[in-house]
Amino acid sequence: MGLSWLRPAAVICMDDRIRVLIAKPGLDGHDRGAKVIARALRDAGMEVIYTGLRQTPEMIVNAALQEDVQVIGLSILSGAHNAIVPRVMELLRGNGLSDVVVVVGGIIPDEDAAQLKNQGVAAVFQPGASLEEIVQFIRSSAKQAA
Amino acid sequence: MAAVYGPENGGRERDTSKPGAFPYTRGIHPQMYRERLWTMRQFSGFATPEETNRRYHYLLRQGQTGLSVAFDLPTLMGYDADDPNAMGEVGKCGVSVSSLEDMETLFRGIPLSEVTVSMTINSPAAVIWAMYLVVAEQQGADWTRISGTIQNDILKEYIAQKEYIYPPRPSMRLVTDTIEFGAAHLPKFNPISISGYHIREAGSTAVQELAFTLRDGIEYVEWALARGLAVDDFAGRLSFFFNAHNEFFEEIAKYRAARRMWARIMRERFGARHERSLKLRFHTQTAGCSLTWQQPYNNVVRTTLQALAAVLGGTQSLHTNSLDEAYALPSERAATLALRTQQVIAYESGVTATADPLGGSYFVERLTDEIEDAAQEYIRRIDAMGGMIPAIERGYPQREIAEASYEYQRSLETGERKIVGVNAFAEREEQPVELLQIDEAAARQQEEKLSALRKRRSNVRVASALDALRRAAEGTENTMPFILEAIRAYATVGEICGALADVFGRYREEAAS
Repeated sequence: MGLSWLRPAAVICMDDRIRVLIAKPGLDGHDRGAKVIARALRDAGMEVIYTGLRQTPEMIVNAALQEDVQVIGLSILSGAHNAIVPRVMELLRGNGLSDVVVVVGGIIPDEDAAQLKNQGVAAVFQPGASLEEIVQFIRSSAKQAA
Repeated sequence: MAAVYGPENGGRERDTSKPGAFPYTRGIHPQMYRERLWTMRQFSGFATPEETNRRYHYLLRQGQTGLSVAFDLPTLMGYDADDPNAMGEVGKCGVSVSSLEDMETLFRGIPLSEVTVSMTINSPAAVIWAMYLVVAEQQGADWTRISGTIQNDILKEYIAQKEYIYPPRPSMRLVTDTIEFGAAHLPKFNPISISGYHIREAGSTAVQELAFTLRDGIEYVEWALARGLAVDDFAGRLSFFFNAHNEFFEEIAKYRAARRMWARIMRERFGARHERSLKLRFHTQTAGCSLTWQQPYNNVVRTTLQALAAVLGGTQSLHTNSLDEAYALPSERAATLALRTQQVIAYESGVTATADPLGGSYFVERLTDEIEDAAQEYIRRIDAMGGMIPAIERGYPQREIAEASYEYQRSLETGERKIVGVNAFAEREEQPVELLQIDEAAARQQEEKLSALRKRRSNVRVASALDALRRAAEGTENTMPFILEAIRAYATVGEICGALADVFGRYREEAAS
């Protein structure tokens, strides 16, 4: 059956593909989650740009601008999210990218997740979130933003 | 897997070896835990050296028998607490150590001549080890008698955990420097812990974990031999570190296969003669990636089964994870329960009364053979690529692991593989666990201490020690004596790693996914 569980429901024209930037900010090198998500989004028919490790907020926003993405996914497992995410949001606003959908995945306690959402993060995916849930969320929020 | 195993499919080496005898499938000691229990070594570190020192004293009072230091990400990446790259990360994933002063605080009141200490540090391993050795010296401990381990396994960083600073070859030179230095001056210290743990956490299979770890071990031996060391002068101090994941018998078979394979590699491939060189000694940690955020108390049960597999597999030391580690670093209460889990296995279950109680089991013996064969095939493939560094450079182990981790996730999504509380028997979420909080005060304290240190020390002595280190790094001399001199001058982790990066450069991975 291969990976049919993630395939797009209908054939999507290449030009209509949702463009997603998956970024790994901070010093942490645990990229298992980022890579699995990148692949799942690709298998679901999206165009995915993975930044690689140790990206500063400036590098991430710059890449979002260059790549013209609708969605940014930040993977943070180190507990540094309260320092990193607000900076990304601020830079996005400063660069006229307020309409980009930002989702965060990783080890984010509930209290912090609520805080991040107040700052404009669209969704926080905590450990145990399913790929299907993430794919669905990104698909529907990217469509709304378009 | 067959429904039943018997003499016809029960493993080719059943009944042919004894515990304590070559090839050590059944354990490295004839009596195993009847003689001596494994070391209960809980990985621990958070916030400042002061706070972590308090936790160490607490754990030792609770009956823990060895220490294991968790450093924060800036330290692991060779940055000082006041470096802009450290923003938001100081003290979060472990303890912040930037200078010898921090190391002195970390081990205050802990006699390094008596307690063995394992330190999870890789790219800056030589620097942190030098700090530790100077603190031991200050305490009056004899270098020839102190014992402990530095992880210092850089290859698995490129393969899995990605905490590297320099490119692979200069990194391997630094590792070889520590192995050589240890062989000459620290006969009881393990200068490396060749680690499959992180490979497994990155999503590998049990077979990949075993194969890549042993192939990494082969690479370190080859580099030490090329340095001119005799195999039996250092091989006995190579130690290993494996994961204990969910599948109980597969894990036990993995440890048994590891011992058998390493004994043969050392004897047949490298001509080692000393018995000690042939024996694979290993630490085990239960699988962090198996812990669930949902129904966190289930993690205690999971960890117990994983720890039991490690014990039945003959581990020399063990870390059991805390139930709250899918959320945060462990609280004191959770860390205590994790230690108690080991103590229950050790003192109540009776599994320690017999060496290798599963030896001769048709099923376990067969599984041991199968895992050995599959791992052997990987080693052959990597040999054919010219060794682990060329394999890493072409992304081979990284790709194999990414494939396996995606397959694992897929099996969860489809429900083929069940995780209780996540994709089976899920409930509405409850979050009853109290969590350890680390605030920004730790970062401020570390910054203030560093700034005072930089004013107090002789910066002339620091600069000349760093210059001498750069010159040594450019040549072929062993860098350890130069790093020790820089540490004695109170040069920081960031300054020393920076000096080495001036010579070696910094590594960047291709962003393949």
